[in-house]
Amino acid sequence: MADLYTVTDLRLSLADMTAKPLFGPAPRIKILKGLSFTIPKGAVVGIVGGSGSGKSTLGRALVRLLEPSGGAIRFDGTDITHLSDADLRPLRRRFQMIFQDPMSSLNPRHRVGTIIAEPLRLHRMDAVPDRIARALDHVGLPQVFASRYPHELSGGQRQRVGIARAIALEPDFILADEIVSGLDVSSQAQVLNLLERLVADLGLTLAFISHDLSVIRRLCQRTIVLHKGQIVEDRPTAALFADPQAAYTRGLLDAIPLPDPAQVWG
Amino acid sequence: MSFLSIRNLSVRLKNGAPLLRRVSLDVATGEVRGLVGESGAGKSMIGKAVLGILPPSIQITEGEIFLDGTDLLRLPPKESRRRIGASCALIPQDPLTALNPSHRIGPQITDRLVDILGWTRAAADARARDLLAEVQIEDPARVLRSYPHELSGGMRQRILIASAFAAEPKLIVADEPTTALDVTVQKQILRLIAGMQARHGTALLFVTHDLGVVSKVCQRLSVLYSGLVVEDSPVTDFFAAPRHPYSAALLAATPKYTDPDAGLHPVPDAVIDAVRAEVAAFDREAAHG
Repeated sequence: MADLYTVTDLRLSLADMTAKPLFGPAPRIKILKGLSFTIPKGAVVGIVGGSGSGKSTLGRALVRLLEPSGGAIRFDGTDITHLSDADLRPLRRRFQMIFQDPMSSLNPRHRVGTIIAEPLRLHRMDAVPDRIARALDHVGLPQVFASRYPHELSGGQRQRVGIARAIALEPDFILADEIVSGLDVSSQAQVLNLLERLVADLGLTLAFISHDLSVIRRLCQRTIVLHKGQIVEDRPTAALFADPQAAYTRGLLDAIPLPDPAQVWG
Repeated sequence: MSFLSIRNLSVRLKNGAPLLRRVSLDVATGEVRGLVGESGAGKSMIGKAVLGILPPSIQITEGEIFLDGTDLLRLPPKESRRRIGASCALIPQDPLTALNPSHRIGPQITDRLVDILGWTRAAADARARDLLAEVQIEDPARVLRSYPHELSGGMRQRILIASAFAAEPKLIVADEPTTALDVTVQKQILRLIAGMQARHGTALLFVTHDLGVVSKVCQRLSVLYSGLVVEDSPVTDFFAAPRHPYSAALLAATPKYTDPDAGLHPVPDAVIDAVRAEVAAFDREAAHG
């Protein structure tokens, strides 16, 4: 299978504004310290790690919301590492992102239909009303939702709108950054089942960022474990859970409270 | 009698929408009770009613809240506030918004001890240092001089735990205290809360939506749907065999990494319809007195 993403020695540093002197530049803080991996077409890859491990930064670099400071990211054969905004624009339709907090990533003044239509218009796509209808259909929302506002929806429904907006563009790749961490277990299950189905039906490639290993276990074939900006483990999910190699991964697994009073939680 | 005993507590919005429907529960000294349910089920509302911090748009329409045998709702407001202040504390969800960003940590722990409980400044300062050591903060003296933004989320949550235990409360309400933390820090914090609770013999009302967390820290739990308690069970019984179909469905929705085929099943529509019918039947009965 061909690789959709090839990431080589990816480095990213940002200005550390908390340590910025009054005059002169802020020191650079290294977030990603040389990551190499590939994402094959059609794969569902989980990216896990504790807070501050760099998982969201990695995600934002993959969809080029951040520009890497070193290494290379190739997307379907094109080097996108340092592409300008103008050169990126035609590619942007092909890699989409679903954000963690749908309340802050959906414009509260726009109706759901407008929210889904905006990127379609931006990319000059045809048959916008049809695409909106199809996208709502795909995520299991009735068509009347097109005329509702985000505040009228539940958390799970808002997250479906986020998914609808992303898939309406018919992308190749979707990055989902902690999209279920704010939801109840039941809505969480619904959204994940939906995502699982869409990936299969639409032939999407998905990177799923989460701190919840139980969710990753269910959804992803492969898991990349990040710790302090480095990959500590990158293996098929089943093997990783059966026999975690890195001490850090084992710590993460041991820390999950299973819904079972008999679990020894040393 | 249990230290906290809630009987038939009903709470509604001033415009009439019921939020809690004749909730009854007990928390004995030294016991941890979990309150679980989906968002909007009323779990936090119970904690707020006990602590007397319900927003003004919400009123208690019936029921009793016995704290150490005295019904708080029959006391003059000033007296009930005094009793709550002397014997209860809260561990809030978000440690960043709960701490004042423009004050150092020290006074945020000690001011209440000095100003309200009449401790000497020296005694309060010593107590704060001891407590920070108890929640495993290295160099307590430095942390007491720090501002909240200088500390990590886990550190801030430890400080709020220390602060909650400062005046040796008899009852603590913990409102989703680890939801904002990642799993490894969550584990440390939960063990800390459980250890402190056991050592100090505090009654703990633990609000959470995570059944995994409940199985680790609670002895009993109440499952809420739409302000109605649908199940009240010892934790071991609940996880062996939940009694209510809705609580069984919540358990089936909880992911389990050890068993990828179990978990992540959405609550079936039939179960939702049945529990909604139960709520409607309750409301009809309540309307007919």
